[in-house]
Amino acid sequence: MQSVKLAASALAIAAVSASAAAARDNVQVAGSSTVLPYASIVAEAFGENFDFPTPVVESGGSSAGLKRFCEGVGENTIDIANASRAIRDGEIETCAANGVSDIIEVRIGYDGIVFASQQTGPEFTAFEPSDLYNALAEQVVVDGELVANPHNTWADFNADLPDVEIAAFIPGTKHGTREVFEEKVLLQGCEDTGAMEAMVAGGMSEDDAEDACMAVRTDGKSVDIDGDYTETLARIDSNPNGIGVFGLAFYENNTDKLKVATMSGVEPTTETIAEGEYPVSRPLFFYVKKAHIGVIPGLKEYAEFFVADEIAGPDGPLANYGLVSDPELADTQSKISNEETMGSNM
Amino acid sequence: MTDATSQGGSRPNARPTTSLTAVGSRTKKRNASEKRFRAYGLAAIGTGLFFLVVLLSAIVSNGSSAFMQTFIEVPVYLDPAKLDKNGNRDPEDIAKVSTFGYSPLIQNAVFEQVQDKGIATEYDDAGDMKALISASAAAQLRDRVIANPDLIGETVDFQILASSRVDGYLKGRVSRDSITQDKNIDAGHLDLVDALREDGTVHKSFNFAFITGADASESRPEQAGLGVSMLGSFFMMLVVLFLALPIGVAASIYLEEFAPQNKFTDFIEVNISNLAAVPSIVFGILGLAAFIQFAHLPQSAPLVGGLTLTLMTLPTIVISTRASLKAVPPSIRDAALGVGASKMQSVFHHVLPLAMPGILTGTIIGLAQALGETAPLLLIGMVGYIATNYPDGVISGFLSPNSAMPAQIYEWAKRADPAYYERAWGGIIILLVFLLVMNVIAIILRRKFERRW
Repeated sequence: MQSVKLAASALAIAAVSASAAAARDNVQVAGSSTVLPYASIVAEAFGENFDFPTPVVESGGSSAGLKRFCEGVGENTIDIANASRAIRDGEIETCAANGVSDIIEVRIGYDGIVFASQQTGPEFTAFEPSDLYNALAEQVVVDGELVANPHNTWADFNADLPDVEIAAFIPGTKHGTREVFEEKVLLQGCEDTGAMEAMVAGGMSEDDAEDACMAVRTDGKSVDIDGDYTETLARIDSNPNGIGVFGLAFYENNTDKLKVATMSGVEPTTETIAEGEYPVSRPLFFYVKKAHIGVIPGLKEYAEFFVADEIAGPDGPLANYGLVSDPELADTQSKISNEETMGSNM
Repeated sequence: MTDATSQGGSRPNARPTTSLTAVGSRTKKRNASEKRFRAYGLAAIGTGLFFLVVLLSAIVSNGSSAFMQTFIEVPVYLDPAKLDKNGNRDPEDIAKVSTFGYSPLIQNAVFEQVQDKGIATEYDDAGDMKALISASAAAQLRDRVIANPDLIGETVDFQILASSRVDGYLKGRVSRDSITQDKNIDAGHLDLVDALREDGTVHKSFNFAFITGADASESRPEQAGLGVSMLGSFFMMLVVLFLALPIGVAASIYLEEFAPQNKFTDFIEVNISNLAAVPSIVFGILGLAAFIQFAHLPQSAPLVGGLTLTLMTLPTIVISTRASLKAVPPSIRDAALGVGASKMQSVFHHVLPLAMPGILTGTIIGLAQALGETAPLLLIGMVGYIATNYPDGVISGFLSPNSAMPAQIYEWAKRADPAYYERAWGGIIILLVFLLVMNVIAIILRRKFERRW
């Protein structure tokens, strides 16, 4: 019986000391797995150069991170949410309802989304949005008629492409990357091939037509990958005809296995993305809880350090890893030092 | 008798004549089926062994390279003009120089080394040396200077880490073909590495930092180690041991020795057996709901990980403890009661000590299982980049965010840089060594203290 008492009191002591020690001195960050590598590079350099402890960075996805961010104000909530997309109005409302009204939005740079295949595979070297639309959409236009996608090989609709079976590995719907893929590639391809017009002519409203444009075929030629890019890479490795969707940074770290295709004739590089020539890119953000600045030591310093020229600038370690640095970085820097929240400049 | 049966033709309705020494067809059939069964058994064991060998050789061949690391040995001139602009050796001024101020010093040092040795190279700028050097070198230098500001102005010998590409080249992971598209390193750099290797500036040696070090960011896999997450696992195992063992043993003693046999205790028994088979991810989500969302314990803390794993390990310990209590013969209890001991005295003075080896074995096996468990940790935030800080005390060991060994391995396997892949395999070797040691301890304890009746 004594050991039961002992165990019970140990549990109680553990719980009490835990809540007492919750006054934390490290910055906590959660969110997008795309931003995670950058955030961890910054956190590491931050820990080396400042007296503050190294911030804790977790992944989990943009939406999950913003959800935790909006849970409220206090030491039990995270200070910064990383996101590979802008915060949505609904999320701002949830935040406000929980007392998180002052949010500082920080754009750290851009990320390119590239289409790559096995280094030694068929010659997938140039794509147009219309090619990917024809290959992957649910409904396509053939001879002026809107039909369920009949294409089996890439050469079926574009003789310049290899005559191999279509096999594409695209990010699953929980990824922020999927949204960009749908909007910048499928929707564009839908307009280019005239499928959009055909849908509207067929009696669809414009919104419905857009939704239909972004529908991906479900006959197994396009596979949703819910895991990380490493999973996509493994699929490409085992399938010489496969085409995968990757982040630019991931591709640049695996150039020995992957061969990248141009989009609309533009090769994806940090330069072409910074200049806006390469069409498939997106901004990356993190969101800072203003109420925590001054409460959590090192929070503002971390945010400032993240966008400092020597970190996020064109020659910094983030750009080296594959981030496309933001030409308007100076604006972002002044925004953080002035602690401008999202409401104040709207 | 044999004669009688063999001459049985004289008797009516006699059985067919067979000899005990001659093997009949039915016996042959039975013997053949036994032989077949033995062959199946051998084949099954052979298949198992084959896969074990394949698995182990894959792990060792992929992971052993993680224990070696490439270093560059180079004298670095600590330029006072850059590190201490005011010239007063004020520690605060020196601390203001960030790691970005130190990187050029190291690049210069490597470049000078190349020129001193008379190595012909296509590079004429110290900045080109960046591809050879790990990003961790600047921080290493800065820490040393801050700890000892008197070094400024002197030339100090440093052993710095080479970049992961250079390390990969020496290990055969990176080849001249594979870097044609790589913007981080050029063929010229590899020529330089070959030359520097010949004169001993670049060398490979055992990588203690892999065992003792902290995790690193994705841009410097050469620096990453398993040490911090090992501590995380250690603190988690402490929690599991100090909660699961007393609770589990108390519960089993009560159920086995004191509880009345009724529907309620039957119900509890069935549930404990079932809990042992519940997938571990279920305990993870239970831990998330109970400890983090309800009790507001800190995320990613080894305490929470330990509590969650305690839930998972409890049924294992209860079942093994009850089995070893049952194995103690009733005569021992009867004898104790017979000489006037109370029920509790008989249990604590006689039954429990005899059951102890079994209980300890069960506990160690349960701990080993908990040590290798990843799924519940996914849900309580122990996966993801976790700080490079070592816990600075026992309390922070339990409460400050940390990772655990299997979670760290999972994390490495996910990362983009192929150098992390090798480290994930290396981590598995270390984890397997831990599990092996724990199992050996369990076997030794059992051998040493086991009693047979």
